Amino acid sequence: MAVRERSVDAASLQMLKVAEEADIATVWDRFESQQPQCGFGRLGICCRNCFMGPCRIDPFGEGAQVGICGATADTIVARNLLKNTAVGAAAHSDHGREIVHALRMAAGGKSDAYKIRGPVKLHKLAEEYGIARHDRSDDEIAKDLAELLLAEFGRQEGVLLNTARAPEQQQRNWAALGTVPRGVDREVVTAMHRTHVGVDNEAEHLLLGAARTALADGWGGSMIATDVSDMLFGEPKPLRSRVNLGVLKEDEVNILVHGHEPTLSDVIVAASQDPELLAEAAAKGAKGINLAGICCTANEILMRHGVPIAGNFLQQELALMTGAVEVMLVDVQCVFPAVTEFQKCFHTKVVSTSPKARFPGATHIEFHEEHAMETAKKIIRMAIENFANRDPARVTIPATQEKLVAGFTTDVVHEILGGKYRPSYRPLNDGIQTGRLRGVAGVVGCNNPKFPHDGSHLAMVKELIRNDVLVVQTGCSAIACGKAGLLTPEAAEAHAGKGLGEICRAVGMPPVLHVGSCVDNSRILTACVEMVNEGGIGDSLDKLPVAGAAPEWMSEKAISIGMYFVASGIFVVIGQALPVEGSAAVVEMLTQTFEKHFGATWAFEPDPVKAAHRMIDHIDRKRADLGLPPPMYEVPYAPKTNGAARAANRTVSTGGQPAGEAGAAVAASCRGPRIED
Amino acid sequence: MKRLVADPIRCLACRACEIACALAHAETDDLAEAIADPGTRPRIYLESAEGLAVPLQCRHCEDAPCVAVCPSGALSRSSEAEPVLADQQKCIGCAYCVQACPFGVIRVATDQTVVIKCDLCIGRQGQGLPPACVAACPVGALWLEEMDEVAKRSRAKAAAGAAAASLTNEGR
Repeated sequence: MAVRERSVDAASLQMLKVAEEADIATVWDRFESQQPQCGFGRLGICCRNCFMGPCRIDPFGEGAQVGICGATADTIVARNLLKNTAVGAAAHSDHGREIVHALRMAAGGKSDAYKIRGPVKLHKLAEEYGIARHDRSDDEIAKDLAELLLAEFGRQEGVLLNTARAPEQQQRNWAALGTVPRGVDREVVTAMHRTHVGVDNEAEHLLLGAARTALADGWGGSMIATDVSDMLFGEPKPLRSRVNLGVLKEDEVNILVHGHEPTLSDVIVAASQDPELLAEAAAKGAKGINLAGICCTANEILMRHGVPIAGNFLQQELALMTGAVEVMLVDVQCVFPAVTEFQKCFHTKVVSTSPKARFPGATHIEFHEEHAMETAKKIIRMAIENFANRDPARVTIPATQEKLVAGFTTDVVHEILGGKYRPSYRPLNDGIQTGRLRGVAGVVGCNNPKFPHDGSHLAMVKELIRNDVLVVQTGCSAIACGKAGLLTPEAAEAHAGKGLGEICRAVGMPPVLHVGSCVDNSRILTACVEMVNEGGIGDSLDKLPVAGAAPEWMSEKAISIGMYFVASGIFVVIGQALPVEGSAAVVEMLTQTFEKHFGATWAFEPDPVKAAHRMIDHIDRKRADLGLPPPMYEVPYAPKTNGAARAANRTVSTGGQPAGEAGAAVAASCRGPRIED
Repeated sequence: MKRLVADPIRCLACRACEIACALAHAETDDLAEAIADPGTRPRIYLESAEGLAVPLQCRHCEDAPCVAVCPSGALSRSSEAEPVLADQQKCIGCAYCVQACPFGVIRVATDQTVVIKCDLCIGRQGQGLPPACVAACPVGALWLEEMDEVAKRSRAKAAAGAAAASLTNEGR
């Protein structure tokens, strides 16, 4: 693969040239050395679950069609998918548990760094869960809340409390299929049990197990992680920041935080502004301490503090190749073990911090919430010390960086759309009902060297917004679009269709909303619930004109996310297929039968524009089912209905009101987001 | 002519060669589509013997029995430096070649009308690419090599052994 085909991002291409000249291997080189990749793995038909095996099924139908135990391709494929889902759910949920631990510590006054910074969210949740608030301090309430939420992980009886947030239809679907999630940990443990040799063997039953496990993530582990992060680290509000490798600074101590949990990175943000440390940095000749993020840790501290983002998943090595990073601090998830190799080429120190995750060659400074500030300062001092070792001759910082607006949440959207004195989703639902807005799409997920870096995210998101579909984003997908300037209000002028453009202009918001990290996909679920509750566009999630996608997905977490969206009634299209194609029956269940169960299916489509069209087709079908009019304005990808019916519908739906007036009404009911610099 | 050489000691029996071969000879580049077509078949075979996995494929024999018995001229080679190829237009599906092949690496296609066998991926080789099975092998257990080179390597190995034996006998 030629270097120019590896990414569509200018800064990344510049760094890849540096890599080529210096003969430093990156993820793309390692990807090539793995080609061709194992067909059995891709098709999902190898089984390593017992040690009579390993077994695999001959996909050409000639050799072995069952494993030694008698498992068919259907069983093996479904069992493997259940296992992948459980791992993904475990990752999000274990992250969530850590955050709740930190909340409990903060409430108990046992931490030098944490306190309740999101009191509104605290009280909202306390009310929801029935925790007494009268005459009690925030800490007392938080302590009860932390205990209650920790119990959700180990819950042995009943069902996850948050499932009550779902519309009735979803709850009925789950009950009918036996997929109502119980305790978060319980679902993961049960899933792992079911994949053991000789336990669960029926493909459809296994897939419903995967749905149940994923629901425990989406409505449990991930949702708790988001709620408690907002409570503990502050509720995000729209703010401006910058993104791409150009945010690294030549004359400052650069510290990269990479991974997922905000517990340490949030404290690092505070510590990096400590006057004492800044003085120490100055004494070493640095003009300041510059913090930047990679992956979802970056999204967490961007959302709450406006800390700039250096890059997404496939840029983790490229950021180190700038030669300007003193310390890369890593915790858990999506961190390449290869990052420590760069310590051999550059002065950079990789510091691992999680008791769960070690990296050969890294310096391990274990992080415990009790001593958060102390640990943060120690790591920053290490970076300051290391500044002197930077070799200016080996520094290459691309000039490329882009402005963005982030910090959108389910709650913030109320205010942005409805106004501070009348927070409401009404204008959003109105926009959809009139056809000014065609629908809403969530575009999320990873990067994957199987696709040109960022290429699919950008192509898909641009196609959606020019067709008047509002896009919400998390994770590395949001970072990709940030780098391309799509997370700015100005992007509405350049890229959005007329209807979406009008709404963005009226409200002053970008056509693509950054809602956070990958656990924050739960915000998309709760935002969809708000849309249902507001009324007029369907009384259950599966009726909403919405769709989801992960065009460059690569992780097991992405499988869990996709599965909880589908099981919650939201159509999901992903770039490469799930590793299930070795079983035609399982493919059919996921892409067809699930419609009957959950009102939504999976779809696999590697071409990002075709995938966007499948999302739009789905949105159009939902609009038609709801009796909503076709899009108000001409759109490049027109609905697949006949023109006459469209015209007739339009007159009825807008009640003869000219489009311009409707636009003005939206404008009047909205106020611009309060964007903090 | 370079021929395929397989090293059963290295082979880990992952069957990546079989999948790559079948895909290289399928109507599509998409694996999921290819396996849905019952006609997609590999031309390389992994056989098990003495606890080892042995990749087998057409040896492209100098005096090829399959060419000799083919009544319709479907099996042929344009010169001794070229692989033995099966022309499916001419093949009548009599399967004499299948019986004649001492390695069992020619077989009747799924639709029973023609035979299929290894063509050393001449199409890929024409583009400067190695055969699909060679490219797919993750452990380097398959490669293309001139038989003279193989013999030379064997001689060098034998010579080293003989030299070592002589030195030992001399007590040096």
